Amino acid sequence: MYIPNSPAKRRATAVFLAPSLIGVVGFCLLPILASAVFSVMDYDLLMPMNTMKYVGFNNFRRILTGSEFPKVLLHTLTYLAMYLPLILLTSVGEALILNRSFRGRGLFRTVTYTPVITSWVAAAVVWQWVLSGKYGLLNQMLSGIGITGPAWLNSKDWAMAGVVLAAVWKDTGYYALMVLAALKSIDPTCYEAADIDGANGVRKLTSITLPLISPTLFLLIVINIIYGLQVFDSVLIMTDGGPGGATTVFLERIYKYAFKQYKMGLASAYSWILFALILIFTVIQFGLQRKWVNYDA
Amino acid sequence: MRDRSPYRRFAKGVLFYAMLAFIVVITILPFAWMVSSSFKGSEAIRTIPIRWIPEHPTLEGYRRVFNMQGFSFGRASLNSLVLAIACTVVAVGSASMAAFVFAKLPFKGSGKLFGLYLATMMIPGTVTMVPNYIILRTLGLLDTYTGLILPSLANAFGVFLMRQSMLSVNDAYMESAHLEGASLYRIFFQIMLPMVMPTLSTMVLLSFMGSWNSYLWPLIVLTSTNKQTLQVVLGNMNGMYKNNEHVLMAGAVLTILPILVVYLVSQRYVDQGISLGGLK
Repeated sequence: MYIPNSPAKRRATAVFLAPSLIGVVGFCLLPILASAVFSVMDYDLLMPMNTMKYVGFNNFRRILTGSEFPKVLLHTLTYLAMYLPLILLTSVGEALILNRSFRGRGLFRTVTYTPVITSWVAAAVVWQWVLSGKYGLLNQMLSGIGITGPAWLNSKDWAMAGVVLAAVWKDTGYYALMVLAALKSIDPTCYEAADIDGANGVRKLTSITLPLISPTLFLLIVINIIYGLQVFDSVLIMTDGGPGGATTVFLERIYKYAFKQYKMGLASAYSWILFALILIFTVIQFGLQRKWVNYDA
Repeated sequence: MRDRSPYRRFAKGVLFYAMLAFIVVITILPFAWMVSSSFKGSEAIRTIPIRWIPEHPTLEGYRRVFNMQGFSFGRASLNSLVLAIACTVVAVGSASMAAFVFAKLPFKGSGKLFGLYLATMMIPGTVTMVPNYIILRTLGLLDTYTGLILPSLANAFGVFLMRQSMLSVNDAYMESAHLEGASLYRIFFQIMLPMVMPTLSTMVLLSFMGSWNSYLWPLIVLTSTNKQTLQVVLGNMNGMYKNNEHVLMAGAVLTILPILVVYLVSQRYVDQGISLGGLK
């Protein structure tokens, strides 16, 4: 837009930009720098700031060589290993349904989206009760078909699976709409050509639909690994890292180091390690995408 | 060519609706379980088999939610509402103002500055959480609403979305308004904002739902019980009512209900958010 330069224009520009700039500098850029500084410091929140002491990479060394880190990493990766395939399956499945026209489609869409708008706290509180050992909904239904369900959140082996179930329930509606947008952009003539060649439904799914929506599937995997490495609300409410530390994850550790033990330096170092992991995972995926993602169509 | 036999077609239809019903049931069951449990007494919630319609429906759970020792559920609801509105106004306001500059009032270096904004989106909130807490402490803003709201000013993603939307608005409207003597503030409020209304509404709505549902930040910043939000209070209740699930479920119903109503009334804008590029 062409508006001649004038003091009034400069003033207006400054006024428009100021709030956002204060926010980005004060609560984004400055904290990033501060976090980098804290990560090489020994800083106890309960002590005055001037007792902060430079400790070099000790915080990082302590975390990376400690016995806790491999467990936390394993738990987080276990979460992802269960969550990712499930969420891909359910969201693509739901999107395929939403992509057809049928009676009550609008209602179906609204209903399947309600878990998404529910807060994680409420969802976690409800799922805790759903997964309750003896009187919980899931185990009662399982016993209806002759299966004795585990104690889920109270069992070291099943607690993370319980969290994953709740997460898949909560997130499917959201990612289904993302996949649906990709399905809608597929040229219908592709399917007509396949019909003429006599392809069946499964063949069309694997040879046309999935390759054509692979960029969206890729995005979905990238986003979910980034979010999954930072899983928090669900874990804190449903298991609080337990039982017996069986579901400790990165953000839960950072939260507890910072706000339960007041070790701000250690918590900052932990958050940079998490950031590095996110970066590594994302870079690896961009490297792998050439092997399976199809950007031609 | 396909589905020649009417039987096969019928079977396919049945399969399709069976899957549909399965998904709907899985989605609704936990909600139904929540509502059903919330109207039961402490004995009735532990029955085998499940009794979906309570034998002796009671409001005991709800009564106890509103008569908690030390917490006020009603107060927490009000806190959540006020804070969600304030955070939304701050986040959407600062983002659209900055976006107006990036889209229509470029200056030397504005492109680089916008690049910097985009770069901040890469850093997870996890990294900034600890220092932000310390910054608020230094400013003496811990346990205040100002402190809770202030970080909403930094909304790079919002700036990005609003800028996209504003770029598509034709300059001619604003240039002619300028020639007729309208100030840039007036152009922003009376021409630009109305023209990007769909994006604006979507951002308002998603920002409101995000603030209403947020947990970690209010949990850290607000420590006085009379300032805490609904999510934090529900989270605290979770530890206190371990064997009184009917109270917890009543709390969950009351936490979900308002946002559900907001969603149902304004569903159109939520759906738009998805197409705007994966807002969450």
